[in-house]
Amino acid sequence: MAGGRPGAQMPHLSKMERVVVSMQDPDQGVEMRNQRLRITVIPHTVAGSDVVDWLVQKYCISEEEALHLGTLLVLHGYLYPLRRPRSLVLRPDDTPYRFQTPYFWTSTLWPAAELDYAIYLTKKNIRKQGALVGHEKEHYDQLHRKISHTWDLVVMQAREQLRAAKQRRKGDRLVIACQEQTYWLVNRPPPGVPSVLEQGPERSSCTAGRVQMNTEFYKREMERYRKALTRARVKSSVCLEAYLKFSSQHAPHDPIMSGCLPSNPWVTDDDTYWTMNAPSVTVPTKLRVERWGFSFQELLEDPLGRAHFMDFLRTEFSAENLSFWEACEELRHGGQAQVHAMVDAVYQQFLAPGAACWVNIDSRTMERTLEGLQQPHRYVLDDAQLHIYMLMKKDSYSRFLKSAAYKDLLAQAVIPPEAKRRVFPFMRKLPHSSPSPALLPASTSGEPVAAASGPECGDGGT
Amino acid sequence: MATDGLHENQTLASLKSEAESLKGKLEEERAKLHDVELHQVAERVEALGQFVMKTRRTLKGHGNKVLCMDWCKDKRRVVSSSQDGKVIVWDSFTTNKEHAVTMPCTWVMACAYAPSGCAIACGGLDNKCSVYPLTFDKNENMAAKKKSVAMHTNYLSACSFTNSDMQILTASGDGTCALWDVESGQLLQSFHGHGADVLCLDLAPSETGNTFVSGGCDKKAMVWDMRSGQCVQAFETHESDINSVRYYPSGDAFASGSDDATCRLYDLRADREVAIYSKESIIFGASSVDFSLSGRLLFAGYNDYTINVWDVLKGSRVSILFGHENRVSTLRVSPDGTAFCSGSWDHTLRVWA
Repeated sequence: MAGGRPGAQMPHLSKMERVVVSMQDPDQGVEMRNQRLRITVIPHTVAGSDVVDWLVQKYCISEEEALHLGTLLVLHGYLYPLRRPRSLVLRPDDTPYRFQTPYFWTSTLWPAAELDYAIYLTKKNIRKQGALVGHEKEHYDQLHRKISHTWDLVVMQAREQLRAAKQRRKGDRLVIACQEQTYWLVNRPPPGVPSVLEQGPERSSCTAGRVQMNTEFYKREMERYRKALTRARVKSSVCLEAYLKFSSQHAPHDPIMSGCLPSNPWVTDDDTYWTMNAPSVTVPTKLRVERWGFSFQELLEDPLGRAHFMDFLRTEFSAENLSFWEACEELRHGGQAQVHAMVDAVYQQFLAPGAACWVNIDSRTMERTLEGLQQPHRYVLDDAQLHIYMLMKKDSYSRFLKSAAYKDLLAQAVIPPEAKRRVFPFMRKLPHSSPSPALLPASTSGEPVAAASGPECGDGGT
Repeated sequence: MATDGLHENQTLASLKSEAESLKGKLEEERAKLHDVELHQVAERVEALGQFVMKTRRTLKGHGNKVLCMDWCKDKRRVVSSSQDGKVIVWDSFTTNKEHAVTMPCTWVMACAYAPSGCAIACGGLDNKCSVYPLTFDKNENMAAKKKSVAMHTNYLSACSFTNSDMQILTASGDGTCALWDVESGQLLQSFHGHGADVLCLDLAPSETGNTFVSGGCDKKAMVWDMRSGQCVQAFETHESDINSVRYYPSGDAFASGSDDATCRLYDLRADREVAIYSKESIIFGASSVDFSLSGRLLFAGYNDYTINVWDVLKGSRVSILFGHENRVSTLRVSPDGTAFCSGSWDHTLRVWA
């Protein structure tokens, strides 16, 4: 892989580095201890449980989340366990860990160099014959074949590093060995262990040149900005109010927010909910019929709603409007080869003088449309379609909602009986309940913090 | 001549800086109508109660990283694609595999279910988007009926059928999006404007227009008119690659997920970013986002193996879901909002409800 700038490609690395730097702050960081290991004492170690607690306090998160985050720090080699350095796991107890030296941070020494790996493996091999096993032995043999012409250099470097290491105190030697081992566990994971550094297919950035940033590119950008400057905008307050309205209107219809009757199929393994809401069921549910009243779009999107609307239009002798709209949709989303034929068919059926289902479009739009028909394309009926759509929306749709037909649909709509087990993802807050052990007080962020483990509670009720 | 090259560079540099200053003016204009923040407006809204959502189904069968998935309109079938080229169609309610095909390329990063439920589309490092009809013939050889539709000059990152089985919209590492006629493979429209790889797209649930939004490695989210090929709106507030974009159910806004570890909400009428969903403890990129049916919740899958659930209106995180053992690469809410499905590099898919 080309040596890019890992910081830019992997922004999470620099964020992790900031976290471990804060963790090492002498005042606000994790408590440092001296750890006795066999006959040496290693300074600046931290206990796994202290790491977890620090994260809980610093980020106002649960222990489960803190353990997860801490584990990621270890998996990326920013912390390493002293006693069992081969196992990159964070244990939330007094297991000692140390912070990786910045020299060995992934972002500093990336990508890992083949030569360095060869030296590392050679050192292991020299220190103890037969120490290399499994994938390390394979890699060693592979590298030996690949860079056999400079192998003398590798051996020399390895011997030199081993000699220099002997000069150091036992404690330092141990620490450096752990640091190096952790680096290689992250950069050359054993088989079966996924590499945390894998990023997937290479992406380019703006500077890498997959897209030509030439004068044409910038001219187009500037044109876009100029157009945007003249755009009509709506006040934020108006836009944001719309979300509140939409969300509250749709909340009862959102199965994840409010549950669904008789039950959510995924939770109870009972698919009655789907049967009762099938596209062409005889008696729709009340919620479904209510939704047709939210917007014209919602009515049309539901094939059953659309069918009832069509029936209503027939009573008003304007069914051709909906048929025309449907035909235009078919044209817009149809196959390219069918465009000419479809335009022709629509013209014959809806627009030609004396057509069987003639639609009433205003003269200007009709004139423009007929002109466009000289050179038919899939969007040639857009203006006419929009005109008819708006007509139906403002006129027929509002009458439909006030009609006896719609009121009857509402009255006859069914409310499914609740299944025995109430299963709502959201439990209603009881107005006067005392805090239960399963619900910890909300953190300063206002986020409810659930207990780390508790009895299985798929039920909404207790 | 040497001086021509120099002149060209100067022109390019001056164009670039002119574009930058126009961009600055645009930000000023956008700020003028921003009279209130979303979380302020949302103070009146009742807070959500305790949240309980669990894995209800685990789909095992991919031998490698799951990269993409899509729901069928029947609310229970899904198609998923993986690094080893396998594309599988499941009845996720029963967890049965119904169809499987092996693509001739690895890293199948995009897959989509056709609206009719009778075909699927997929593609990846082959730079193409291919359509496979689904039959229930026991002797079917899916690969034999394969139709090559889209051709890009770099990897395919996303694909989606439009309102019918006959058109496909694609996004590619070559920096462009494109609209194709499935039957003939003809290019109907191409969309140029991103400065780097396009990673995601989503079609607008609009009643009248035909627009879609795309996000890319240039940190931009761009809204396109499908008819003219023009970019009609663009947003540049993310600090890193945009991995996922999804429209708010009303179509008036869209959310994005990025490698900068944030998700953001952009309003199309206000023409600006209106919310950022982030937390100091969330360090890894968001790979995929989707809304619950009412738009109150935003589900986001992250590269740290978790799924965070956000209160869209209040801006706070409602819950964190653990379970996957490697990064979450894809996430979609089911068509009727009863559940959502996540796919991961841990080779599995999970349905949560």
